[in-house]
Amino acid sequence: MTAPVSIRSVSHTFGDFQALSDVSLEIGAGEYVTLLGPSGCGKTTLLSVLGGFIDPTAGEVLIDGRDMTRVAPAKRPTTTMFQDYALFPHMSLRDNVAFGLRMGGMGRAARYEVAHEMLDLVGLAHAAATRPHALSGGQRQRVALARALAVKPDVLLLDEPLGALDLKLRRAMQDELKAIQRRVGTTFVHVTHDQEEAMAIADRIVVMNAGRIEDEGPPARIYREPATLFAADFMGEMNHIPARSDGSVVTTSFGPLPGLRAARGDAVLCIRPEALRSGEGALSFGPGEIKVSAFFGTYTRVQVVPEAAPDLVLTAHLPPSEMPEPGSRLTLSADAPAFSLFPTGN
Amino acid sequence: MMRLLPWAYLIVAFVFIYLPVASLVLFSFQDGGLPVPPFEGPSLRWYADILSDGDVMAALGNSLLVAAGSAALACALGFLAAYGLARHVLPGSALIRGLLIAPLTVSYLIVGLGLLIVIQRTGLGLSLMTAGIGHVVINLPLCFAIIYASMGAQQQNAERAARDLGADEFRVITLVTIPMLAPAIAAAFFLSVTLSWDEFIISFLLTRFDVTLPVEIWSMLRSGLSPRLNAIGSLVFLVSVTAVLILEIFVFRKNRS
Amino acid sequence: MSRPAPRLQGAGFVAPALLWTLAFFVVPFLVMGAMSLATLEGRTLVWGLSLANYTELTEKAYLWRAVMVSMEITLTVTVVSVVLAYPLAWIIAFRVPQRWQRLALLLAILPFWTSYVVRSYAWLLVLAREGVVNQTLMSLGLISEPVTLANTRFATVTGFVHFFVMLLTLTIYANLVQLSPNYRRAAMDLGASAFQTFRHVILPLTLPGIVTGAFLTFVLCIGDYVTPQILGGNTELTVPQVIMVQLGRRADFPLASALAIVLMAIVTLVYILSARWLRLDRI
Repeated sequence: MTAPVSIRSVSHTFGDFQALSDVSLEIGAGEYVTLLGPSGCGKTTLLSVLGGFIDPTAGEVLIDGRDMTRVAPAKRPTTTMFQDYALFPHMSLRDNVAFGLRMGGMGRAARYEVAHEMLDLVGLAHAAATRPHALSGGQRQRVALARALAVKPDVLLLDEPLGALDLKLRRAMQDELKAIQRRVGTTFVHVTHDQEEAMAIADRIVVMNAGRIEDEGPPARIYREPATLFAADFMGEMNHIPARSDGSVVTTSFGPLPGLRAARGDAVLCIRPEALRSGEGALSFGPGEIKVSAFFGTYTRVQVVPEAAPDLVLTAHLPPSEMPEPGSRLTLSADAPAFSLFPTGN
Repeated sequence: MMRLLPWAYLIVAFVFIYLPVASLVLFSFQDGGLPVPPFEGPSLRWYADILSDGDVMAALGNSLLVAAGSAALACALGFLAAYGLARHVLPGSALIRGLLIAPLTVSYLIVGLGLLIVIQRTGLGLSLMTAGIGHVVINLPLCFAIIYASMGAQQQNAERAARDLGADEFRVITLVTIPMLAPAIAAAFFLSVTLSWDEFIISFLLTRFDVTLPVEIWSMLRSGLSPRLNAIGSLVFLVSVTAVLILEIFVFRKNRS
Repeated sequence: MSRPAPRLQGAGFVAPALLWTLAFFVVPFLVMGAMSLATLEGRTLVWGLSLANYTELTEKAYLWRAVMVSMEITLTVTVVSVVLAYPLAWIIAFRVPQRWQRLALLLAILPFWTSYVVRSYAWLLVLAREGVVNQTLMSLGLISEPVTLANTRFATVTGFVHFFVMLLTLTIYANLVQLSPNYRRAAMDLGASAFQTFRHVILPLTLPGIVTGAFLTFVLCIGDYVTPQILGGNTELTVPQVIMVQLGRRADFPLASALAIVLMAIVTLVYILSARWLRLDRI
């Protein structure tokens, strides 16, 4: 089962703290959306509003077109997978997964059948009779997923579901989560602070900061053409180059920029390290001195102080075949579509 | 209605919990001869009365002596045992731990009765000392358990560091272990003081001429309700509460921050 | 410089406490056990291996009666205390705002630290014939004659329940707040009503705390002499009261020891029955 979700002008305050300010978001049925941002950005509050654990101060939440803003969690077509999984330690995996069905009044035989199906889906059918404490972190995470999906929710809410796992397991579980979501077709809303996880898993990423949505869209678009400076920085490492616009031409320490326009005032030019290459290009940063050069396997990371702007450090990811010596000179450049420009006020 | 129910329950519960204590304290200020309504006063005459009563004051002094002495000894023994068991591999350590904790599960009456029989058999006289011995028996398990539970790996690493820097065993204990465990030791000490200060049955069985305050109160009880008893009871309560509040404010607060 | 072997050194630290416990707890306990098998002929003590003191328990009605009274009072107190304390702990844990919780808990258990003699006297003050309750009710004109409240089993149970409600509130509260709030959220989220959440999730998860608290209540209640003596009077005697009678008036140490052993046996039995849920290390 699946349904679209529509969040309309939702705001929420905790005492003096504005956790959400006027957030609106449309999520399509069957979509996999991640809410991405640093801690305190409001992503978990937004998830709690969707799950019914928090009544927002203002705004409304519609699921499948029906107003759910003040409906109790039990009565919503949503289920939540909690960060600590909240598996009931006194119940077997089977009873954990069947819990929601039991509350719905389903008979023992029928609910155990569904529980087995769900445990099978996450590869734990053989352990149905064991208790949660016997499981590893990754297995608990699967059981929590099975329990949340067993009641056939329209929308599954996942609160940092992979946060407690080590990096390797995390990457493996991302693929699995995505595969399971494709099979069941349920709308998934997934909260994380890990941008690599968000990119690996989401159909659409919603970047949040200070209670607002900074940017939303497919991962590749947000990475390459972020809407705001915050989104640009949060999605990965970024070179910042101060720039200035007189209304028609944008200029940096490296000269005027071709093909870019901005309103009059100060701005910052952003370029990802992997967009920089050695040699001349459409935008050249001229020669500079290499301060640091380190081999990272799939690339070589160099830090260069350009002669034209000695108080700037440019970071570049060069092909691993290039291994320039620190202290030597290098010319860096980039091609026009690889950078974004953000005004910084005045 | 359903929202108010919990608060109503809370209020009723607090009335129940505080009814006896409030009656005790209120009527200790009674001006008349009976500590019951209607309240006349307030008057401090019963406090003046007991504070000038030699027997009561002697019992109070005895109680403080026994409480402080037995708590200090129980803490010292408990600390040493906890240190030995936490830092050294000993044969049968599970058995030793069980044995040290065992008196917790036996009622005070039985602890007192056993000691009384042995003391009478050996012909030793009953005194404050014998009551103090009994109080160490019941407080030692608590002191041991509290201090043992707080001896974590963090302390052990600090002890290793101190040893590495040349400290001998005595200096390790006095300069590293005890300061790091100070909150737990203080908690054990104040808890023991409170329990010993309030304890009746062991003191009743194991003292004879010099008695502790609860035993003195017990013998005054035979004459029925009296504002003097209210006044003593209020003072006893005040001392216990002070010890508990010291524990709460200085030990647990600090612990949490 | 020679250092003692670590093992010897460790034993040196443990020895004082261990010797103290052996000398003043284990040995007296064994002597008491031996004493329970001795007999009193006239006023002289005869050591032996007689079970006479134990068989007397079934032969003499007042002894058996005391065991029954102790059991009845203790069970009543345990059940009533748990039933009253659980909602109180619940309200403090889940209804009282976070910042006031510690204060509310401290206040709820502060009178716990009154000496038990003083606490029982305070209840006598409240319940006596000319006590606070009777005087208040009479001055309000609700009753014309004082109601008998003190010197009854009701008074004993009230005094005990007062004490153990505070103890149990503490243990149950500690158990409730250490549960992740997500357990409740997860149950509600999966469609459980408030009652179902309590019945299927919170209650099973707090059972160890309840059983531990109930066990403590049982042990402390069945062994207490002061409360039944002051509040119950001599209308019916509990085992500790009978023990004190043996010690005082009759100096019958063998019978007193046998009764003490019986008390311990009852506690041990209850321990075995509840061991599955007990978490004594959490006290």
